[in-house]
Amino acid sequence: MEQLLKILENNARLPVEDIATMLNKSPAEVAAMMDLARAQGIIKGYKTLVDWEKAKVNRVEAVIELNVSPKKSRGFDEIAATIAAFDEVESVLLMSGGYDLQLVIKGQTFQEIALFVAKRLSPLDDVLSTATHFVLRTYKKEGRLYQDEEIDERECTVL
Amino acid sequence: MDYDKLIAPAAKAMRPSGIRKFFDLAAEMPECISLGVGEPDFKTPWAVREAGIESLEHGRTRYTSNAGLKELRAEISRYLERRMNLRYDPMRQILVTVGGSEAIDMCIRTLVKPGDEVIIPEPCFVCYEPITTLSGGVPVHVACRQEDEFRLRAEALKAAITPKTKLVIMPFPNNPTGAVMEREDLEAVAEVLRGTDIMVLSDEIYAELNYGLRPHVSIATLPGMAERTIVVNGFSKSYAMTGWRLGYACGPEAVIKIMTKIHQSAIMSAPTTSQYAAITALKECDGEIDRMRDEYNMRRRLVVRSFNDMGLTCFEPRGAFYAFPCIKSTGMSSQEFCTKLLEQKHVAIIPGDAFGASGEGYCRVSYAYSVEHLTEALKRIREFLVENNIYHGN
Repeated sequence: MEQLLKILENNARLPVEDIATMLNKSPAEVAAMMDLARAQGIIKGYKTLVDWEKAKVNRVEAVIELNVSPKKSRGFDEIAATIAAFDEVESVLLMSGGYDLQLVIKGQTFQEIALFVAKRLSPLDDVLSTATHFVLRTYKKEGRLYQDEEIDERECTVL
Repeated sequence: MDYDKLIAPAAKAMRPSGIRKFFDLAAEMPECISLGVGEPDFKTPWAVREAGIESLEHGRTRYTSNAGLKELRAEISRYLERRMNLRYDPMRQILVTVGGSEAIDMCIRTLVKPGDEVIIPEPCFVCYEPITTLSGGVPVHVACRQEDEFRLRAEALKAAITPKTKLVIMPFPNNPTGAVMEREDLEAVAEVLRGTDIMVLSDEIYAELNYGLRPHVSIATLPGMAERTIVVNGFSKSYAMTGWRLGYACGPEAVIKIMTKIHQSAIMSAPTTSQYAAITALKECDGEIDRMRDEYNMRRRLVVRSFNDMGLTCFEPRGAFYAFPCIKSTGMSSQEFCTKLLEQKHVAIIPGDAFGASGEGYCRVSYAYSVEHLTEALKRIREFLVENNIYHGN
């Protein structure tokens, strides 16, 4: 299973037949493993990495550091779940170190994100403070280079 | 000046690569998608690169002792015992060289005198023959065949031995076929050689890239063979360190001593930065070797199945990172097939005859590429076969 997940993590669009060959299994076995992993919530979904800048579509991304007050019974879970429910929120992570929650927010303009922070995030009772950092440029994401693609400099050889 | 007259006859007589024209053609085609390389696509593990950088920061930029850093030789000795079951005295039986290539060169130059015969199983890596010829030796080729899974058969070896035979090259796991020799195969070869004065150069540069159920066996571990075997290995393939140019030779003290003497005159010492980096490779990177091997193994299965699906029968390679599909069913020669594939579909693979006459009818396909790259290249090869009415699809 671990090898299957590693293959899919890197490229979810490989045909099941190819993955099966790579793992020395039958396509039916691999399909069953993928279904099981999906059903068990091990596989959360399949998405596409898009370079929106290259696609000339306006997208703004921001990382927000949040300090919140945890609840006695549920710790950070309640406020994290509340924040995760907003569509603008791409990810919510509980962090060690200087702040509690890290959010990644996506919007079409800087203003849209600023408004989201001011009007929806900050007013939440348990949110103590926010610090918003806008992403200026993406160089690498999810293990893929976004700016300069690496060139294979190896030459044909009989060595 | 008449350079033609000045240049030494043996150097002039060295056979130029028969496929230079093919490589030139590939180099002029920037959009060409290649499966033609002979080196890993992985980067050298970070810990190894860092060790190289650190050695530079500390100003370790001088020559090392001729045979190589003592600590490196000690680590090589430990590594060979740990992973190959080989035992060599680091002070007397190991020489650190500029890649496996130099180790091969030193070994042949040390052993072969004019008129000696050197048995070279084919298809194989291309440097054994020219170095033999430069030493005045006579290359004797033994063809390994697909029906024998490209292994060297003891009978074929026996038939090639004459009173002049000095050295047998054992290039396994094999470039370009991916063939490996199992213990039984090696035992049969050893049986032919025991009791003779014939030496063995066992080029085990691909030893870590073994995909069979059984681990790699070095011929030097068989009874009576260590005394007649020079084992050549290196860091290029297993640690993805081709550009660092670092390898080594291990064998009987008397031979290593003379090899070290030639190495001292020709090279002085292997690159110092690389030697420091290699210590870290041996100490810390067993896990990296396994990770890369697992990755190659997945690609290997994909490539072999794809060729068999296309109707180009492909023997299952159990070592290195090459597949060697048979293209005889296309009615084309290896060169013709590869040139047309390059011209029509911009995919570069290497004609099998580049590795010796017995490679005719085959092509070498490297799978040291990402799965995406391999998939695209295989798709184009399939299209090529369909468009040329060789394969009509399932």
